[in-house]
Amino acid sequence: MVDRIAALGRLGLAILSSLGRSGVFLFRSLVGVHRPATGFPLLVTQLYALGVLSLAIIVVSGLFIGMVLGLQGYTILSDYGSEQAVGQMVALTLVRELGPVVTALLFAGRAGSALTAEIGLMKATEQLSSMEMMGVDPLRRIIAPRFWAGFISVPLLAMIFTVVGIWGGMLVSVKWLGVFEGSYWGNMQASVSFTGDVLNGIIKAVVFGFVCAWIAVYQGYDCVPTSAGISRATTKTVVYSSLAVLGLDFVLTAVMFGKF
Amino acid sequence: MKQKTTELVVGLFMIAGFAALLVLAMQVSGLSLKANEATYTVYANFNDVSGLSVRGQVSMAGVTIGRVSRISLDPQTLQARVELEIRNSMNQIPADSSAIIRTSGLLGEKYIDISVGADETAMRHGDTFYETQSSLNLERMISNFASGMGR
Repeated sequence: MVDRIAALGRLGLAILSSLGRSGVFLFRSLVGVHRPATGFPLLVTQLYALGVLSLAIIVVSGLFIGMVLGLQGYTILSDYGSEQAVGQMVALTLVRELGPVVTALLFAGRAGSALTAEIGLMKATEQLSSMEMMGVDPLRRIIAPRFWAGFISVPLLAMIFTVVGIWGGMLVSVKWLGVFEGSYWGNMQASVSFTGDVLNGIIKAVVFGFVCAWIAVYQGYDCVPTSAGISRATTKTVVYSSLAVLGLDFVLTAVMFGKF
Repeated sequence: MKQKTTELVVGLFMIAGFAALLVLAMQVSGLSLKANEATYTVYANFNDVSGLSVRGQVSMAGVTIGRVSRISLDPQTLQARVELEIRNSMNQIPADSSAIIRTSGLLGEKYIDISVGADETAMRHGDTFYETQSSLNLERMISNFASGMGR
């Protein structure tokens, strides 16, 4: 019995110390930005790896999600004879919810897991400790550019995702199902507000980018330096990022769009 | 890959991202760079404004000429007082025009339609519509009809 209680206490302490370490870690890597001359090329390389290489999956998923939304929306709305509202439905769904959320989930799967595995392997092969030995701070050299690249990429990817999705919805509902193009765009413009919808969607994407990048680099940096440890850290990255994104999405939606 | 090429591709990626933001702003949310046209304010009192919302359209002969900027309850008359912002270019509304709340389509949004009068003088800033017609409340009409049938 006493052992059980002690085990519970140990678990609580482990969670708390992990949270504390991740906070300190985040602070140190945020402060540790290079001078522009050396830091900028590192950041650009990571932006390429995390942002540009994620474009393909983002564009393809955005296109298909938009097309499915257009098709489903048309089927439901035409029952009420208001299929002109399909543009409004597709745009609001994508701008407010699906754009930021799906982008963040895809980013966690495509780029976050890669980040964790890369940093974890660096730790396992003692590259990080040899850097420290040489007097190079790995937080600055390795972690900071990766964190910032993730943080910058997610909002950009989310905006591209949303635009491609809206275009995909247009493709299905206007070109294929014959909704009048003027009412597709007109209804959309009448109901989507820039500050209320578009900006809130971008704020969501910024928050998700921050969380996903943080979880990915922290899990890599904190992993047990064995092959099993790296595999567990990679899994944790995807699971924690997805849960954090979905949970935060509810909280943000309640704050932004809930009327209470 | 050479650093130069990487930088170029990343630059293109950033441009694509910001272009997407621009599309969202212009095409999707209908934000325009033009400064909002100056407006003047007129008022209309209605018995019932259920369904009408702030930012709702004000139109005349089907053309949008302004929007609803505020809805409040007049404590004296217990009527709804609606503040309308009309574009300055539309300053020729006859003073005896009436404001009517209509629905676009069967289930669409409520908007205010201005039915043109015949007066020579035009409405000015701060004027109130003399004649109004409240929104058609389908549910109330049906319930009135049903209770009338019971008698």
